[in-house]
Amino acid sequence: MRRVVVVGASAAGLAAAETLRREGHDGTLTLVGDEPLAPYDRPPLSKHLLAGEWEPERLTLRTPDDLAGLDLDLRLVVAATGLRLTDGTVQLADGSTVPYDGLIVATGVRPRHLPGQGGHVLRTLDDAVRLRDRLTPGRRLVVVGAGFLGAEAAAVAWRLGCEVTLLEPAPVPLAHAVGTQVGELLTRAHLERGVDLRCGVTVTEVTESGVRLADGELVDADEVLIAVGSLPNTDWLDGSGLTVGDGVVCDEYCAAARNVYAAGDVARWYNPLFGRSMRIEHRTNAAEQGMAAARHLLNPDGRKPFAPVPYFWSDQYDMKIQAYGFLRGHDEVAIVDGDLTERRFVAAYRTGDRVTGALAVGMPPRAIRQWRQAIASGTNWLEAVGGQVARAREAVN
Amino acid sequence: MKVELEADRCVASGQCVLAAMDVFDQDDDGIAILLDEQPAVEHLDGVREAVAICPAAAIRLVDQ
Repeated sequence: MRRVVVVGASAAGLAAAETLRREGHDGTLTLVGDEPLAPYDRPPLSKHLLAGEWEPERLTLRTPDDLAGLDLDLRLVVAATGLRLTDGTVQLADGSTVPYDGLIVATGVRPRHLPGQGGHVLRTLDDAVRLRDRLTPGRRLVVVGAGFLGAEAAAVAWRLGCEVTLLEPAPVPLAHAVGTQVGELLTRAHLERGVDLRCGVTVTEVTESGVRLADGELVDADEVLIAVGSLPNTDWLDGSGLTVGDGVVCDEYCAAARNVYAAGDVARWYNPLFGRSMRIEHRTNAAEQGMAAARHLLNPDGRKPFAPVPYFWSDQYDMKIQAYGFLRGHDEVAIVDGDLTERRFVAAYRTGDRVTGALAVGMPPRAIRQWRQAIASGTNWLEAVGGQVARAREAVN
Repeated sequence: MKVELEADRCVASGQCVLAAMDVFDQDDDGIAILLDEQPAVEHLDGVREAVAICPAAAIRLVDQ
């Protein structure tokens, strides 16, 4: 394999490129990215960068020396526009065509928008800097969507002295993801601080002066942040022959076709640990999957199914939330350690007869690690929760 | 090879401990602690894994 192309120059693409070099690929290594910057880190965008604590330079993932050491054919500020599997080429927006023997697709996601004019999204460094510069004390910010991104941004804006309104269509924010109890806990954290969190409201349009709700009400704002989820960047693969369905559809090895792999937010692969296909928009998964894809591409005979325990964290006000596993679609939540009302607890999640997730707030690392292990080994629910389940149980559905 | 840890970037994910528990630990707040600045060769793969998956890009492995 002489020519490898990695499309996408963020966490997954960078991890893939580094792994390829580390594990022996000494041929051409092309890394394509549509932003003008060297690979940078996205999680701090809604945290330190938005808060004004970090300058953009701090988000760079590798030093110039580290990058130079990879001997990349680095193509920045240019998007991939097409893929031809039959002749092994990637087409770029500048009209060039890059041939490959092996390809890794790591094109990530883009924010969903709402009808109307204006409004911020928060995905790129440019997005974050633009919003940061406008979050001055007294400004009225409306955040549409109280998912993790929207809630983090709301918490930062509140700390900066903005008047924050957080609009969420669901009755309880994040209930589908983390359960009603934890969702209500997050709700209280906003309300206690005076953030105007309004659930069960649908935004139909972003206007010049705010947002319009489904019932016709206008909510005034100086700035609007739209945080209503993301769409995988797969348009450039139309007609390529790859299977696309909410992401690039891959097998358990992250393979989308022969010598073609996908990694990071854009990849929908079969995770045998949970017995289902999933697409994960987490920073850690991007790196792990980039590494796995690179290894599999280089050594197809030594492939092992990519079966990680997903991990994410979120900072909101004084709470650090950490979660392991696949929480969505869970059947039951139980508080297995600590106390929910004190905001120091571990919640365990059951899907079928297994423990499939754990979420912790304010607990020491070892209290969480054992639950990660239980998820990784597919431990039976009753065996995992044992007698710890008595205090608080919540049946979902 | 020398490990560098930028602790004030750390987000307490503990991924480094999972990858190389002879080299990294966490304090009670979850912040990473470097146990061994110059780990033995057999730990380097784990350290490289930690460098790659650290969600805060807080770890580097540098030639000396």
